[in-house]
Amino acid sequence: MIYEGKQKIWSDYQKDIPDDHYFYVRSCIRQSFFPASEATFLDITRNRLGKDIFETEHHTTCGGIAYHSDTIPQETVMTIIARQFALMAKHGYENYVCSCITSFGLYCETLETWREFPELEAKIRENLWKSCKLEFAKPKFLIHASDLIYKYRNQIAAQAVRKLVNVHTGEPLKVVEHIGCHYSKMFPSKGVGGAEYPYVLVGMIEAWGGEIVDYPERRHCCGFGFRQYFIKGNRGYSLSNTHKKFESMEPFKPDLIITNCPGCPYFLDRWQYVIAESTGKTYGQDGHGIPALTYEEVAGLVMGYDPWDLGLQTHQVGVEPLLDKMWVEYDPAKKFLGKNGKDLGAPAPCACLK
Amino acid sequence: MKNNILIIGGGPAGLESASQLQRMGYNVILIEKSPKLGGHLAKWDRLFPDSVPADEVLGGLLRGAEGVKCFTDTDVRAINRLDKSYNVRLTNGITVLSDAVLVASGFDLFDAVKKEEYGYGVYDQVMTNADLEAYFKTGTDRRIENPGKIGFAHCVGSRDEKAGCRSCSKVCCATAVKQAIEMKQAFPNAEVFCFYMDLRLFGRHYEDIYLKAQKEYGVRFIRGRVAEVSENYDGTLLVKAEDTVAGKPLKVTLDLLVLMAGMRPSGVGKAIGDLLEMPVEEDGYFAVRSGIAASQRSPIPGIFLAGAATGPKTLPETLADARAAAMEVDRYLTEIFPDAKNYKQLVKERW
Amino acid sequence: MVDFGFGLVPSSRINLDLFDKDKYRELVKIEPDARICMACGSCTAVCTAGKFVHTSLREAIEDILNAKNDKALESLQACQLCGKCSMVCPRGINTRHLILSINKVYSAK
Repeated sequence: MIYEGKQKIWSDYQKDIPDDHYFYVRSCIRQSFFPASEATFLDITRNRLGKDIFETEHHTTCGGIAYHSDTIPQETVMTIIARQFALMAKHGYENYVCSCITSFGLYCETLETWREFPELEAKIRENLWKSCKLEFAKPKFLIHASDLIYKYRNQIAAQAVRKLVNVHTGEPLKVVEHIGCHYSKMFPSKGVGGAEYPYVLVGMIEAWGGEIVDYPERRHCCGFGFRQYFIKGNRGYSLSNTHKKFESMEPFKPDLIITNCPGCPYFLDRWQYVIAESTGKTYGQDGHGIPALTYEEVAGLVMGYDPWDLGLQTHQVGVEPLLDKMWVEYDPAKKFLGKNGKDLGAPAPCACLK
Repeated sequence: MKNNILIIGGGPAGLESASQLQRMGYNVILIEKSPKLGGHLAKWDRLFPDSVPADEVLGGLLRGAEGVKCFTDTDVRAINRLDKSYNVRLTNGITVLSDAVLVASGFDLFDAVKKEEYGYGVYDQVMTNADLEAYFKTGTDRRIENPGKIGFAHCVGSRDEKAGCRSCSKVCCATAVKQAIEMKQAFPNAEVFCFYMDLRLFGRHYEDIYLKAQKEYGVRFIRGRVAEVSENYDGTLLVKAEDTVAGKPLKVTLDLLVLMAGMRPSGVGKAIGDLLEMPVEEDGYFAVRSGIAASQRSPIPGIFLAGAATGPKTLPETLADARAAAMEVDRYLTEIFPDAKNYKQLVKERW
Repeated sequence: MVDFGFGLVPSSRINLDLFDKDKYRELVKIEPDARICMACGSCTAVCTAGKFVHTSLREAIEDILNAKNDKALESLQACQLCGKCSMVCPRGINTRHLILSINKVYSAK
């Protein structure tokens, strides 16, 4: 692998990311999958870095899940999106940052569609006014939340209490980066580093001391694929896609997977359990899995957040071997205590996955 | 009176037309931007279909052009169109008053880095057709160490609108077959695969080398474009394509992948074309007066074209084109140019 | 092991790394013309058996190269050795002989 070759491509795909003043919109599913990730994003950006990140309880879903399941007309989705943008403008913002990759892709697609078909934009403008009495607006900058953490990666590194380094060996942790399909596959120029060698997560890993694992199936979908997963008859395809990725990354012995999409960490995490329990195969060391974390969780770890405050106990694959490698202190007794201190109960043990 | 003729480009087209025009008695000035004459031919080892040494052909061209005033490392600084002639200021300080200008600016090899999914410049074991010719010439390349499995990816930057080129580069299929055979000759135990969409082996003897590659060398031809390349843990390549004959996706592990980079309009040529205000077509190559009846004449009177400046050509086609261009120049300079009184009218009727 | 009601789906992808070089070498030793097929499909187009039962010499050659030896034999199972394919092969392959050779080499375990 010729690193300079990748650097050259990265330099071709830079995008403007304003430093401050954002209107933030959440993901539908991340709050239940990885409950602390968005809270950590807001805490890091607002309280640690002093940025102005605004959010309102009036924003809704972007409609993406329904859109990708063919259950909603495109015009309706576009009107929902127009309403989100209008809320941004109403609160005096022009930079829009979203937590979800599906949303990010859909926003890109919608803005591009409006650009190509102004008559459609005019119609949505009218729909928005008729339905919500809101003024149509478009963001000046559309940013994914991982773009913003990428932008702040060196500031985060400056405040870090530890690195992505195995303290027992002194070696950098081997990190797989997995990008959500709709981050840049549809519009390579909208993603940091493009679609072939996206840099958005690589930049974080480098800044925080880890080493990138460039494995052959790095571009492959995590296996979510909406209708592949939603319909049980297709679920085997979802599982097989994940399996293909793990088989491909296995020889590189990664310590950690870092992702920037709501679905990917979920499927890269949960399907390791299904693969282990249905075939006996595991991909981490000594029967463990490979932890698949969100970029906020990884940022939180290097900045010294408590792993249970980061919600790492909600992952199927145990994170303890990773925490040990990074010398993160944690109290095993508190793993399954709720925020109020009440015992939530530990899940039943797995037969194959440690 | 001996007319001055300026030829821009010192590759095969420029050299061959210079040679012809000199024989006709014209005063030929040839400029070449690079330090060396010969263009891409000077970098090539052997030529399809019969593996004739490129040096031999180039030697012949250079001998033919002996006596022509050749300026290497020289570009055009400015051009003024006078009534009939061109006043050309060169970067070496010389000014030429030229009665006809022949543009033989050739082509650039497609920059394979642009096909990001193939990893040229990123993966250690990916090279281009030009790199392989350099290896044949010098015998060294860090990528080639007794490879067991070798792939040739056809149509790299050709027939690819996303890469900015809709058309076929014409020479790559035959080059791939030639290079596949040469690699089998160099490494008889290697397995060699050619990934193609259509095998465009249109020229004389081309089909023969295709048959030879199959029959004598066991080269495997797979119909399907290489879609994605990755690097494995051990540094080998994982190559994906569809076998469109079998109708199934396919993968193979390779030790070496050779990208058949196609032809793109010359960047240097374009800059000169801008100075001369020469029109280009949608494909980026220079427009001609008529694609069938006057393909060596630019739409601008007094400006002629030869070789790949007007689109991908094989070497014999380029040389034939160069000779034809010389004839066209001669016709113009004898039948139209001297008639000062009726020049404009004649240009109107006969250009 | 747990039954989730779904599981890994087998891949339909051709893996050229599984290509049996030794067997193929054995085949082309007795049948060098196996190499010169250009997949035009003339043989399959006129195949007597192929109109009723799946039969294709073109496919069999392709299957061998794509590491699907058993499938190749299947594709030739219904051949009647009528010789019609040899009449139309533009490369002049002795197709009947090739079919017999494929069976001989690839049926042997």
